[in-house]
Amino acid sequence: MAGYTREVARRIFAQEFRESNMTFKDGDDQYAPQYLLTPTGAKVNRVLIVGTLIEKDDIGTESEYWRGRVTDPTGSFLIYAGQYQPEAAQVLAECETPVFVAVVGKPSTYTTAEGDIITSVRPESLYVVDGQTRDLWVIETAKRTLERIKALDSNSPDIQKAKEYYNQEPGHYYSMVSQALRSLNETY
Amino acid sequence: MKQLAKEISTKFNELGVEIPIGEIEERLDKMINKFKVPKEEARRSVVNYFLKEYDIKRNEFYSGQSESPQVNISDITEEGRWVNVRGKIVQLWENSHESISQVGLIGDESGTVKFIIWESAAANSVEEGKSYMLRNVVVNEWNGRFELNINKSSSIESIDKDIEVGNTTVDFTGVMVDIQSGSGLIKRCPQCNRALTKGACIEHGKVDGIYDLRIKAVMDDGASVQDTIIKRDLAETLSGMTLESAISLAADALDQGVVLEEMKRSLVGRYYKVSGPRIERYLLAESVEPIFSYEMTQIDELIASAEVI
Repeated sequence: MAGYTREVARRIFAQEFRESNMTFKDGDDQYAPQYLLTPTGAKVNRVLIVGTLIEKDDIGTESEYWRGRVTDPTGSFLIYAGQYQPEAAQVLAECETPVFVAVVGKPSTYTTAEGDIITSVRPESLYVVDGQTRDLWVIETAKRTLERIKALDSNSPDIQKAKEYYNQEPGHYYSMVSQALRSLNETY
Repeated sequence: MKQLAKEISTKFNELGVEIPIGEIEERLDKMINKFKVPKEEARRSVVNYFLKEYDIKRNEFYSGQSESPQVNISDITEEGRWVNVRGKIVQLWENSHESISQVGLIGDESGTVKFIIWESAAANSVEEGKSYMLRNVVVNEWNGRFELNINKSSSIESIDKDIEVGNTTVDFTGVMVDIQSGSGLIKRCPQCNRALTKGACIEHGKVDGIYDLRIKAVMDDGASVQDTIIKRDLAETLSGMTLESAISLAADALDQGVVLEEMKRSLVGRYYKVSGPRIERYLLAESVEPIFSYEMTQIDELIASAEVI
């Protein structure tokens, strides 16, 4: 496909991901990619998460459908993998919790009967990794998040949209980042 | 005007034709002063007149004069420029269209760039690994990349010197987020070294392939994506799997795919620093280093910048 470029896997902390609930499409085409816009203005069509898988359950009725919970220093991500994510589902089925995992996947949102919007991740791949990789991810995600917070003053349409929609204090996310980084010092 | 006349006269002189300068001046004067022709147009018209008069080919007159500047490949950054490039043919590619005579990659000390020799250029053909001087080629931009077009006013001369192709080495640090199909244990065509798809080479059809290991990795640093090709020796060190052990692994499983699975399991989701030359969309890895550790000072700096509000 001409001009096709792979979507970058964004680095988002669980807290920010959980506080995101605005999705939009770029263009009217039915194949136009869907994006999740986060409070710091990240336009997310793919995420990379490295964290600790602490729970996993097969909640499927007929075929396997796995729900997993992956934590980072700020909270947890929900991931759902079924028959259309065979590689990820297989790793989920075989691994023992708790374990460090790296998940590359697509954000998805679900509206509950009460009208709350729940964000989750549909993994394209899920592999067991080590603790160092997890720490490197925390640092990298902190760096990328800080870059986004600092860019909140710019005039890009996505950032304006995020600011109007979430109306969030930057301080909220600055303290999230510093809390995440400080947790690394505690473990050492 | 005197100067203009003199310029034209010297130019013809170089080609061995003596034209009385008075005659040139007279013609110019008539054009410019009587008929109000702009200077450049007048000059062209006068030159054309004498070219015809003395039966000189236009190319001969213009070749020396409108010589394009010679540039390094890394300096090709502007669309629509006419340039001369001296370089070595790094690769010739599959020709995808009948109006194209040859297409490939040319490189000099500063880098590499795609070139297209159009059929209509009727130019000399080039060979892989040989060096050439491309004169009067035009820079075009396509899909965000520059390319050189060799058209009918261009020329190709082979030169004897072997040009060292500089690899503009780039570094990319990020997470390997995927390994693409066509990785792991693959077979190559014994004639052209292309990777086979379903046991067949696109050029030579069904052939007895030769086994090889490679990784087509997708690296991602959270801001951009870099496709990377990791060849056998590096792939072996990285995955801890030799070609022989991969072959036997695949034989036991009756499936080549297990090698790719195994590589994904041990590599995807981890941080690496890759470096090597970038050719088209791929970075051809010359080194791949896993990253395990970080500096404590890095964390402290980030904390500091998070807490200065």
